[in-house]
Amino acid sequence: MKTTIRIQREDFDLNAEVAALTKDGESGAVASFTGHVRKEGDLSTLTLEHYPHMTEAEIARLAEETGRRWPLTGVTVVHRVGSLKPGDRIVLVAVASQHRHAAFQACEFLMDFLKTHAPFWKEEARGREHHWVEHRESDDDAAQRWEK
Amino acid sequence: MTLLYFAWVRQKIGKGEEKLAAPAGDVAALIAHLKSLGPNYMDAFADLSRIRVAVNQRHAGLDARLGPDDEVAFFPPVTGG
Repeated sequence: MKTTIRIQREDFDLNAEVAALTKDGESGAVASFTGHVRKEGDLSTLTLEHYPHMTEAEIARLAEETGRRWPLTGVTVVHRVGSLKPGDRIVLVAVASQHRHAAFQACEFLMDFLKTHAPFWKEEARGREHHWVEHRESDDDAAQRWEK
Repeated sequence: MTLLYFAWVRQKIGKGEEKLAAPAGDVAALIAHLKSLGPNYMDAFADLSRIRVAVNQRHAGLDARLGPDDEVAFFPPVTGG
């Protein structure tokens, strides 16, 4: 399984990432998820901080676990950090497999666990107010349903 | 021991990283020691239900044992994605 993990300030190109993931021709299916900054009220900037090295290591562990559960040919995770605006892309999870069922499920699994395990934190700026985004219990529930 | 703080934990303590010769024990003992160092630490660790821990870049619990060369990070529950 080919695994690509990048944490970067720059934007990413979904088509280029999927092309790189599938260029060996072994994958019959790619499922991808792209997360964007949601425009909510007067949100002006979302700033993402992370724990360098642990972030990459944790996502690599999650990708390995995903590869144990489904027969995958490749996984790509790109996560942005720094200052983002409403509408900007934040995260890409793309999963390649020989067949669609594994790709769909593995993509959702990996995204659910990235949300609850990868060490990123979001700070919102609204006017002059800055505050840290609170962790959502619904994200824990989404990850926990895979344990059943 | 290397200590790292992220997000509002870093802001409350007033720094992102420090080296410390902490007494032997687990994460809970380290937190008790840190809270004795000043009101900024007391504030950051006032509610441990809001604190998550990593030891050597892996998620860990309050009962994880610590050695002198470990890297210990304290941060709020994660909010990426």
